[in-house]
Amino acid sequence: MNKKNSEYLINRKDNQYEVVIGLEVHAQVLSESKLFSTSATKFGAEPNTQVSLVDAAFPGMLPVINEFCVKQAIKTGIGLNAKINKRSVFDRKNYFYADLPQGYQISQFKDPIVGEGKVILDLPNGQKEVGIERLHLEQDAGKSIHDLDPQNTFVDLNRSGVALMEIVSKPDLRSPEEVSIYIKKLRSIMRYLGTCDGNMQEGSLRADVNVSVREKGTKEFGTRCEIKNVNSIKFMQMAIEYEANRQVDLIEEGKTIDQETRLFDTKKNETRSMRSKEDAHDYRYFPDPDLLPLEVSDKFVDDLKSEIPELPDDKKERFINEFKLSPYEATILVSDIEIAKYFEEVVAKMGKNKDMKLAVNWITSELFAVLNSKNLEIKQSPVSAKNLAILINLIKNGTISGKIAKTVFELMLDGDKDPQKIVEEKGLKQQSDPKALEELIDKIINNNREKAIEYKQGKEKLFGFFVGQAMKASGGKANPQLINDILKKKL
Amino acid sequence: MSDITKQSLTELVESIKNKKLSSSEVTKAFIERSEKSKVLNAYITEDFTSALDKAKKFDQKPNLDLKLPGIPMAIKDLFCTKNVKTTAGSKILNNFVPTYESTVTENIWNEGAILLGKLNCDEFAMGSSNETSFFGNVQNPIDKDLVPGGSSGGSASAVAGQLTPITIGTDTGGSIRQPASFTGTVGLKPTYGSCSRYGIVAFASSLDQAGPMAQNVKDCALLQEVISSFDLKDSTSIDFKRSNYSKELTNNIKGKKIGIPKEYRVDGMPKEIEDLWQKGIEYLRDCGAEIINISLPHTSYALPTYYIVAPAEASSNLARYDGVKYGYRANGENLIDMYEKTRSEGFGAEVQRRIMIGTYVLSSGYYDAYYLKAQKVRRLIKNDFDEAYKKVDAILTPSTPSSAFKIGEKSNDPISMYLNDIFTVPVNLAGLPGISIPAGHDSKGYPLGLQIIGKAFDEQNILNIAFAIEEKIKFKNKINDWWIK
Repeated sequence: MNKKNSEYLINRKDNQYEVVIGLEVHAQVLSESKLFSTSATKFGAEPNTQVSLVDAAFPGMLPVINEFCVKQAIKTGIGLNAKINKRSVFDRKNYFYADLPQGYQISQFKDPIVGEGKVILDLPNGQKEVGIERLHLEQDAGKSIHDLDPQNTFVDLNRSGVALMEIVSKPDLRSPEEVSIYIKKLRSIMRYLGTCDGNMQEGSLRADVNVSVREKGTKEFGTRCEIKNVNSIKFMQMAIEYEANRQVDLIEEGKTIDQETRLFDTKKNETRSMRSKEDAHDYRYFPDPDLLPLEVSDKFVDDLKSEIPELPDDKKERFINEFKLSPYEATILVSDIEIAKYFEEVVAKMGKNKDMKLAVNWITSELFAVLNSKNLEIKQSPVSAKNLAILINLIKNGTISGKIAKTVFELMLDGDKDPQKIVEEKGLKQQSDPKALEELIDKIINNNREKAIEYKQGKEKLFGFFVGQAMKASGGKANPQLINDILKKKL
Repeated sequence: MSDITKQSLTELVESIKNKKLSSSEVTKAFIERSEKSKVLNAYITEDFTSALDKAKKFDQKPNLDLKLPGIPMAIKDLFCTKNVKTTAGSKILNNFVPTYESTVTENIWNEGAILLGKLNCDEFAMGSSNETSFFGNVQNPIDKDLVPGGSSGGSASAVAGQLTPITIGTDTGGSIRQPASFTGTVGLKPTYGSCSRYGIVAFASSLDQAGPMAQNVKDCALLQEVISSFDLKDSTSIDFKRSNYSKELTNNIKGKKIGIPKEYRVDGMPKEIEDLWQKGIEYLRDCGAEIINISLPHTSYALPTYYIVAPAEASSNLARYDGVKYGYRANGENLIDMYEKTRSEGFGAEVQRRIMIGTYVLSSGYYDAYYLKAQKVRRLIKNDFDEAYKKVDAILTPSTPSSAFKIGEKSNDPISMYLNDIFTVPVNLAGLPGISIPAGHDSKGYPLGLQIIGKAFDEQNILNIAFAIEEKIKFKNKINDWWIK
């Protein structure tokens, strides 16, 4: 594998292969109720407690579109810079399965609600645009549970009828890393919009991954395989890595690749054939006669446009311009809407004389480290934005040193304590009285005469020793800048 | 008592409102006659005990402001009724008891009517003679071993035989109008979107429509007034201004322009039917209507179009009957085996035939040639009517190309059976209202019907036209109660 030029290639004896990836992401619409019924959609409910007669496909039951889900899909389309189709059609995708009560899934086939769009990826070496082919609304199926009973399969219909957005990318992705960045970007946009919580553990975001390989420099696509229903970024990356290598091996052996649907076995870290093209279902798509074509007016779409918040790309731009952040810093801070919100709150609370560098550093290093170690989301941060801003200001105005600040920060973690109070109560205020510090330093030089002479003779490394002694004597509270200045004068 | 069941719905409502009759008396009379009429096999499920209880309750606290005060009514077994078995005439739903009520029946009970029972019909409403029902043939009260038509055969038989004062059926390709024609009764297929499909076992969603079946036009208008409502639970329900059809009913049709489509003069149509049609034209002229010859050029494509669209939708609509959730389940080795056995044993031959046709026409590779083409032709058929309605207010045709036939006569010849619907299917394909009224008898004394087709949402107009010629025709059904010993 060659990662120079940050190009992901698979190397064999004489050949280099490029990997071509397209994703069909299934994102659960953030909605209280299902796409065509009023049943709840809460995750983790007791099996079959969120099922209406419509969801269970009782005779004579009819679907009625949930307007909120339509709005969510259009908002997502706007967030993907995509064309919103004023007229879209719901089709029936017919197949039999125990957890598909209607015997068909209501989806959109020929006329999706959202057409072509694009997503910008921030890669280590610059930006890349990934095309969006379409976004359509569809129903989720229920869940078949095969391992609770030796003879029977149990069916949980809680998920049956839940609204999904299928977001189909163009085959523009070229590495597992790009896939990871793409998914994260998509998730970030949808979280900004509030249209999908992106929770992969709960299955709110999963993807079918289309992989093909071709010799570097070739224009034509190779035969692709679709890896079904992968539910974590890590697994997507592993599956692509395995699948691309499998395909390259086949080509190297002079064999052909069969277009097929494959499954990723997370335990064995391999993909295996699920069904070939010949065995592919004939879904007999046709427009659902229970539903009229979905027509939305310009005003409907315009009203939704006015509800769209500032999205990550724009926010990043603003952070760079307004707060003078580096693109790298801005990318990190806008990646998650909650982090961006936290950052902006810190900035606001810092008041007039704000130090952006300190704010960025404290959030991305100290705070992130704590969140990581405690496995918390920023929303659950033990330190509020307000108190972090106070702490940063205490450093900025010289009340405490950066080092003491870390001690104060540790203490703040327990119940989001006010850093000002901690500094007062623990007497951690920085010693910035030059007279007192001069006395302290005189004492140290007197006690370490020999070292002072050595320093003067050229052993400059000893400067650090004196600083350390001074800091120690002050209990870490001495203003380090002053210590430096005084020592330089006295030695 | 026998006099009670001879009364029309309008008369019974009057009698109950005037307190000449109680709901209990009326209900009891229809139950007694139904009990004596088991030979007709009109019922799949009787709900007599419960009906008498409800009648008693009604009489204790009668609300006489309702439109159907304490009126007993049996209905087609395609409407889901809460806590009462609903089979759709199929083995696959033989044990199915809904926990919910269809909107149409809900509307009826809300106006004071009382459920007598569920009436026989072709399996999933697929048939024109009621012979595809899992629950057996229905006898036509007109004559022994005569089919009542279908799919609302039980409904037609029950109204003609006076087992119920009135009823509701469903019409996908003629399932109200053809049996009405075969039994000398009145049947209205409303505009698509007029009556909610919520809670009606679906056959072909883009064509299915519930409608009234009655002894006369006025009764028909009254029931239409009750069942038609805008319903948010059905996305294809249409919010239009519905009139008080029975109150606004008039025989004044002076100046109305009635179209006579030449394409309905089909090859091999019996002279009796042609004569009947001519008679209808004369009656209309007598009423002051203007007769205009029109053309509906795509008429001959209607039947093949229908037999693509309806099975296509049916094949998908019936996928839910898979033995997993409710209804009949056969044991199988695995899921696929269970599906195959359940559906092979649960569905009858005609339903299986239509599922196969529908699956075929939707298959990739055939979709464009069949389903898509049929949709295009359907549009042309609708355009024909739109064009015609620029010149006329309504259209008069025969209801069926023949009178009722004998049980078994056509059951092995599906094509000849399908031809029964030749005059009725264009109306469903175009989503228009159509009414069949009895207009005469053939040489065997079997009733023949005329169909009046209206503009969309113009039920009032075709009811008025039907009402006007009903007065002229003075049709009398020749029923001698042959089945009652």
